[in-house]
Amino acid sequence: MIGNFIGVLFDGIAYGSLLFVISIGLSVTMGLMNFVNLAHGAFAMVGGYACVLAMTRLGVPFLATLPIAFVVSAAAGIVLERTLYRRLYRATHLDQVLFSIGLVFMSIAATTYFFGPQQQPVQLPAFLRGQVHVLGIDLGAYRLFLIGIVVAITIALTLLIERTRFGAEIRASVDNQQASAGLGINVYRVFSLTFALGSGLAGLGGGLGIDVLGLDPTFPLKYMVYFLLVVAVGGAGTVKGPLFAALILGVFDVAGKYYVPQVGSFIIYVVMVVMLIVFPRGLVGRHA
Amino acid sequence: MKRPIFTKRRRFLTTLAAGMAAMSTTRYAFAADPLRIGLILPLTGPFASTGKQIEAACRLYIARNGDTVAGRKVELIVKDDTGLAPETTKRIAQELIVQDHVNILAGFGLTPLALATAPVATEAKIPMIVMAAATSIIPTRSPYIVRSGFALPQVTAPIADWAAKNKIKRVVTLVTDFGPGVDAEKTFVKRFTEAGGTVVESLRTPLRSPDYGPFLQRVKDAKPDALFVFVPSGEGTAVMKQFADRGLAAAGIALIGTGDVVDDDILDTIGAPSLGVVTSFHYSAAHPSAENKAYVEGFMKANNGMRPNFHSLGGYDGMHLIYEAQKKTNGSNDGDKLVEAMKGMSWTSPRGPMTIDPATRDVIQTVYIRKVEMKDGHYWSIEFDKVDNVKDPGT
Amino acid sequence: MSAAGLPTQRWSKLEIAFWLIPIAAFFAFPKYLTLGSQILITALFALSLDLILGYARIISLGQAAFFGLGAYTAGLLAKYGWGEPLSGLVLGGLVASLAGLVTSFLVVRGQDLTRLMVTLGIGLMFYEAANQATSITGGVDGLSGVVMGKLFGVFSFGMDGRTAYVYSLVVLFIVFCCARTLVRSPFGLSLRGIREGEKRMPAIGASVPRKLVAVYTIGAGIAGIAGALLAQTTQFVGIDSLGFPRSADLMIMLVLGGTGYLYGGIIGAAVFMLMQDYLSNLNPVYWQFWLGLLLVIIVLFARGGLLGGLIALRQRLASRWE
Repeated sequence: MIGNFIGVLFDGIAYGSLLFVISIGLSVTMGLMNFVNLAHGAFAMVGGYACVLAMTRLGVPFLATLPIAFVVSAAAGIVLERTLYRRLYRATHLDQVLFSIGLVFMSIAATTYFFGPQQQPVQLPAFLRGQVHVLGIDLGAYRLFLIGIVVAITIALTLLIERTRFGAEIRASVDNQQASAGLGINVYRVFSLTFALGSGLAGLGGGLGIDVLGLDPTFPLKYMVYFLLVVAVGGAGTVKGPLFAALILGVFDVAGKYYVPQVGSFIIYVVMVVMLIVFPRGLVGRHA
Repeated sequence: MKRPIFTKRRRFLTTLAAGMAAMSTTRYAFAADPLRIGLILPLTGPFASTGKQIEAACRLYIARNGDTVAGRKVELIVKDDTGLAPETTKRIAQELIVQDHVNILAGFGLTPLALATAPVATEAKIPMIVMAAATSIIPTRSPYIVRSGFALPQVTAPIADWAAKNKIKRVVTLVTDFGPGVDAEKTFVKRFTEAGGTVVESLRTPLRSPDYGPFLQRVKDAKPDALFVFVPSGEGTAVMKQFADRGLAAAGIALIGTGDVVDDDILDTIGAPSLGVVTSFHYSAAHPSAENKAYVEGFMKANNGMRPNFHSLGGYDGMHLIYEAQKKTNGSNDGDKLVEAMKGMSWTSPRGPMTIDPATRDVIQTVYIRKVEMKDGHYWSIEFDKVDNVKDPGT
Repeated sequence: MSAAGLPTQRWSKLEIAFWLIPIAAFFAFPKYLTLGSQILITALFALSLDLILGYARIISLGQAAFFGLGAYTAGLLAKYGWGEPLSGLVLGGLVASLAGLVTSFLVVRGQDLTRLMVTLGIGLMFYEAANQATSITGGVDGLSGVVMGKLFGVFSFGMDGRTAYVYSLVVLFIVFCCARTLVRSPFGLSLRGIREGEKRMPAIGASVPRKLVAVYTIGAGIAGIAGALLAQTTQFVGIDSLGFPRSADLMIMLVLGGTGYLYGGIIGAAVFMLMQDYLSNLNPVYWQFWLGLLLVIIVLFARGGLLGGLIALRQRLASRWE
């Protein structure tokens, strides 16, 4: 029973880590630009399809496609931010929601056109497949790898935000845009770069997630709820908040489906509603 | 200078008018009015692959058998209902009847869509050919419904029997929680326990599930001899990947199920983890008959190498039903006569022999037991046993 | 503005002209009445969201929960013998407003994003509950066997869609009039006060949470009526009536038409559904792309939705005339 529980915990953490990688970009975007971007999942999808293309057309091995996914999504992010998103920073949240849903529809249709509606396959390298026997329990090799990558990304992100100048600029702009601009920080440049970073991470997450979450053109709509959930519960604009939220949600989702499969998905929504009532500003409450 | 242009224009107009008159008289020279078939399919949304397969198969049938039957020109009117909103399907059916004057309704990718539209077919007295939706009760909802696809209990019973005969004693069932899935689960549990086996646990996953992981982990911990799976076509990829990744195969758990989990559409995508999976189903693209070989070749040629799957046969044989009923009734538009003509029809389809049960208007067909093997660099479900004339046992 | 400082309850000429359009459509498009009644039902649904979103500023992505509740109530009543339409309609609305009242306490806390997620979560919970309760709701296969009695004992719901259309139009109009009166009453003014300066309201002694609860409950009730209408006119209840895509589509329609005008939802619903019907006929596979593009263009160049753009245009023309 304990063994089962640890297995479930492990699975939940792996799932949560994946949600975190994809959602962290959304958290920073929402906290920084106050922009409700429902199209965030589309950037993850772009990264996923970039991986698939690189693997099937260019024969690149899986691990090498991950940086490609990051770059492609980041590039898409910069282009869209400069041309479209920037115009809507002062728009109402509703307009932003409508706009981003429009983008989602376009991305789904375009992806269906170019790739077809079916699930995309991914060929993992042999050492990432199957299971690893650790301390008497079978743990999925790929999930171990996922957790490892996310730990690395979290550390890197935290260092970036806490220790670098750019990170300081982000933190300043999140706290008070006008004052930061007054201090000479090029707020718009911070926006662009942050948006690119967030989109890039989403793309990376999309590529990493093909094996766990699947990849088809309806990806952005299917998972949008989960990403928004992570950011709403964790609190926009931070790194730690979404991390905890993603892990909690991941564990509860997996545990719910394992122990009470008849009501499985129900549990995660109840948890979400409860957490939002108790922490209306998110787990690591920043300004609203 | 104006005169030459004026006469040129007048000549052009008169030729045009004459041409149009000629064309219109040619049309009226056709003795009968066209046969309009309203094909309602999910062409966008999560079930788009079903719609795509069926549309391709219908067009293939028309291409191979000509676009006229019983002296009437065949018009195929294809409409997308996205598969998500039954009231949309019902409204599209009503519009097809009232505005486009269709003589036949066909398609229906999912159970709720067919159930919602049944009263329309009854009220308008129009034959409704259900090509994809696979729950047992569907033909009972209207006397004008004829099914050309399959029903889940029909294709589940044989694998339950096979498992009981092949040293499999303890099974966990895993199905998607909707009409066909519940049908499959009930049928399997009933047949398997009647034959002396034990169903250790019955799991149901929601129709939109991001992760089969926890469910499969539970299966692994229950340590059965085999796992019986039913998921809608397309989901097989996710299930098989998890099955392999979690080491269920290595732990000695066999995978059995209905053919949906190793749907021809995705079999190559699943790849190696599918090897050795035994399923029972009414169609495999590797079915070794001359009709099927020609069908698969024609299909792949017309659709960029896309392999036909079981849904496509629902479309192809549905068209066959429509054509043959027209021939039998000399081009009638009378719904009752057409349905009567379809009852008891028997022919050899690319899937094998099939008949329409005159009592239930459901399909009677051969269900094959197959195993996934690799052949010529691709993965196929190779048939090694069969059960003839399987009627839908219902639930 | 009348003497008391309240907005007038009189109907402008444009409004009267507007309501003549669906009446004219009944005679002009006899073959499209089923689509027409579904547009009217969706318009009513959008009206419910406009009250909550446009007037009370509660961003809700879970309005379909109340729509579905109303639908299942009316559907189950009809299925188990009570086929009288009007009572089913009223009961559907009541059940939905009760649910709205109960859940409103969760919704009035927190800011925009929190509210969005809570409403979304509630919507998803209702969906899962309906999904599990297969013996009652039919689960994913939907509730069929809904047999409607005759309206007033005379008009039956036939395939031509005429009874459905007139029924939906009359219900929409009556509810609209009620909403219009509400919005132009002192209560409605206080809502506008909340919309424009929520934090300042307590300073004038207005109780914000109580008003929000009231609006949310009323909105839920109207959504329930719309759902009951759909169940009765299509004689079927699909689980999609509770689903997230329905809530999302609704929000798109409302923002498309323009929030806070009461007419915006109706216009948005009509435009959206007509576009959807037209574009999906043109090219069944890719209408989604053009819809997305249209949304993006409208947001970038025509903020405030269609109605907002039209009003701005009229003001500009009017000033040019002077």
